[in-house]
Amino acid sequence: MDLELTEDQELFRETTAKFLERTSPLSTVREWAEKEPAGFPADWWRQGAGLGWTSLLVSEDDGGGSVSGHGLLDLVIVAEEMGRGVAPGPLLPVNVVAAALSEYGTQDQRDRYLPDLLSGEAIASWCLTEKGAPGLPSGVGLQATRRGADFVLTGRKGPVEAGAEAEFFVVAALVDGEPTQFLVDADAPGVTVTRAEGLDLVRRFAMVELDDVVLPAAAVLGEAGAGAPQIERLFELAVALECASMAGVIDRVLSFTMEYSFDRYSFGRPLASYQALKHRFADMKLWTEASLATALAAARSVDAKSERAFEFVSVAKSYIGDRAPLILQDCVQLHGGIGVTWDHDLHLYIRRVVQDRALFGTPYDHRERIAQALRLEESHGH
Amino acid sequence: MATDRLDTDRVDAAPAEGTEDLEAFRMRARAWLADNMPPLQETLTPHQLMLQDEMGTRARELQRILFDGGFAGLCFPKEYGGQGLTRAHQAAFTHESAPYEMPLVLNVPTFSILAPTLLDFGTEEQKRAHIPKIISGEEMWVQFLSEPSGGSDLASLVTRATRDGDVFILNGSKIWSSGAFRADYALCLARTEWHVPKHRGLTCFIVKIHQPGIEVQQIKMVNGSSEFCQEFFDDVAIPAENVVGEVNDGWTVATRLLYHERDAVGGGSPYTSGVFGGRGEHGSGRTDLIDLARATGRTGDSHVRQLVAESRANDLVGAQLISRVTKGISTGKFPGPAGSLHRLYAATNAERHQDIALELAGAGAGAWAEGDLAGEKGIEFLSRQSGSLGGGSNEMQRNIISERILGMPREYAADKDKPFDEVRHNASPSRPR
Ligand SMILES: Cc1cc2nc3c(=O)[nH]c(=O)nc-3n(C[C@H](O)[C@H](O)[C@H](O)COP(=O)(O)OP(=O)(O)OC[C@H]3O[C@@H](n4cnc5c(N)ncnc54)[C@H](O)[C@@H]3O)c2cc1C
Repeated sequence: MDLELTEDQELFRETTAKFLERTSPLSTVREWAEKEPAGFPADWWRQGAGLGWTSLLVSEDDGGGSVSGHGLLDLVIVAEEMGRGVAPGPLLPVNVVAAALSEYGTQDQRDRYLPDLLSGEAIASWCLTEKGAPGLPSGVGLQATRRGADFVLTGRKGPVEAGAEAEFFVVAALVDGEPTQFLVDADAPGVTVTRAEGLDLVRRFAMVELDDVVLPAAAVLGEAGAGAPQIERLFELAVALECASMAGVIDRVLSFTMEYSFDRYSFGRPLASYQALKHRFADMKLWTEASLATALAAARSVDAKSERAFEFVSVAKSYIGDRAPLILQDCVQLHGGIGVTWDHDLHLYIRRVVQDRALFGTPYDHRERIAQALRLEESHGH
Repeated sequence: MATDRLDTDRVDAAPAEGTEDLEAFRMRARAWLADNMPPLQETLTPHQLMLQDEMGTRARELQRILFDGGFAGLCFPKEYGGQGLTRAHQAAFTHESAPYEMPLVLNVPTFSILAPTLLDFGTEEQKRAHIPKIISGEEMWVQFLSEPSGGSDLASLVTRATRDGDVFILNGSKIWSSGAFRADYALCLARTEWHVPKHRGLTCFIVKIHQPGIEVQQIKMVNGSSEFCQEFFDDVAIPAENVVGEVNDGWTVATRLLYHERDAVGGGSPYTSGVFGGRGEHGSGRTDLIDLARATGRTGDSHVRQLVAESRANDLVGAQLISRVTKGISTGKFPGPAGSLHRLYAATNAERHQDIALELAGAGAGAWAEGDLAGEKGIEFLSRQSGSLGGGSNEMQRNIISERILGMPREYAADKDKPFDEVRHNASPSRPR
């Protein structure tokens, strides 16, 4: 958690945490996993939207508004709390799309799409990733060809979070080799959405196929061929949210594993009294604090649109993406046999972290971005 | 311990009214550095420069230039010769100073461990006598803590100080004191009372190093240098006014010293100025592995790119962790011992850094043409564990984190609450002839 939350942000955090505790405790998450096709009831998401979950990255003129004047720093509070409670909900895709519309959309595009997105009535998602390419801005290969004044898109995107629930998508493509983003309605002719299998119990994904989808120029977000900075920006927002989510997960799991080590006895002593285990907890505490620190630094740099954001999100994602799964599996080890059972909640957290780690660039992919930021291959004068 | 009123806590208070604006300071520092400090040469790294200046003569000269220019002791209080500025000013100065030769050897332990401890527990006379001289480069200080009988269990030390009128007579031996041969003063922890539990019989003294009765021997280390020293004390008379803190309450002083030490070796001290490693090409992070990768001509190899990037990420996360822990301690959200977090981070990151360097250096780490960067990495690897031992071993930091941050049960201690003279401990070896 940010150690410098304003009073308003602290209140916002408490409200969010209490709402999640009341409406979606883990027992409910397990129920929704079974019976809710989307992973959550539609009304629940609308209530979350009422708390501000959808509007923090959107300007006030467009019906949005932040708590602190730093929308992303408010939003990562929600992402972290959702990590702590492995909550469902399309927090990441909806906010990325809302930011895309608010920052780059025309008045018509904003009027048409934003109100329902902000109220929680509609869900939307971002189609970046493609099969066979890393989930990075550089992995976009889907071609959009010009046909008269129109554009024609053909190709496959996925996995796309909340793809089956989304009413429309922001699709990253290439026009004449240059990145360009389009707004595509889910029911447009030629769009086929297929549910995908997924590790998380309540966060759902789909594959999106575009077959000769004809779009007017009015569907372009910003200008054709000028989408690279947009895609980078949305990517940074997405990674900052993933990192906050993973940091929330490990913070929560470490603390309940700690409690367990005090309660569980062997050889007449609590597990917490064995130095071999204390030292592992010390390491996990260190990695967790470091994860919280780097997640926040990444969010701050993206919020400030700093030129360091490119590197900082990749530093955070590569660090947390490496550490979080190790911490969780060590927590399983420290629980003993109960840790590998379905009834224990540990696997809910592992599922969440594995997804966060895998999407929008693995640690490996992000280290390659860091190497690029360092301009490693350029030789310097000295 | 009422740490809330200690002098060094002031560094995180709101800046005093009239404190120079950060950007104005940065510009002024940049111009001053260009006019006054010698630029780093292409051929010698800051680390090599430090090794060449064995006695610290050059460092003292450079510090004097900084002092005369008003750029020394930036975070020390004005009344003791400092500038009373904030961490942010110091960070800006460090960043700006990267292309210049700086007196780096003074950073640890003089500026970041001994001076802050003196600031916290020294008498007014002690502070006025020494801190301005420390800041001007006239005095170098070291710590006399570890003994041949043990370092981790510091409170079991057996160097003896016996009161005799208005002096204490010191007998025994200290070891692993880095840089003592070139230093002027030490803070020395000695046992003044034997019939009480170990923590309650210790006293901290200011000891002038080069004087009759003290013999300093250098110890050759794995990398060929002789930084380490052992001292032998033979009826050394220490004036009673050199006691720091209270007699038999030296543990309180030592605890604070160790706090500053964790901060210093963890990279979080506001009292250091300038950094090793690189010319500030990418912020103030070290660039040795980038240079190494370029020197080996393998910057396009994805394995090499991964390792350099991993090390870069580890370094940045370390800096971000320091900000978090520092903020946590200064706002009371984290307990004081939280400094062990970045101390342990720095040490484990240093180990990983060495491993990566060894991998990047390839065959060159084993045998190299004179002057090759790769060979330097081979030699550095020999001292891989230094950072994990000096300043309290990693195991001690893990004890602190688990017990004093996470609140886990303390380790069983056979000597708990027992008078020290009834407890089994290692004896001090006699002096070699
Ligand atoms: C580069 C460097 C610089 C130094 N500079 C100084 C200096 O300037 N002044 C000074 O006074 N000292 C200095 N030291 C000494 C340093 O503080 C000690 O080496 C350190 O505290 C360990 O003490 P020791 O060497 O006696 O090892 P021991 O205390 O004998 O420990 C040996 C090993 O056992 C482990 N161990 C000990 N007790 C426990 C326990 N309860 N639980 C788990 N593991 C345990 C230790 O972690 C270590 O791995 C320096 C050391 C180094 C390496």
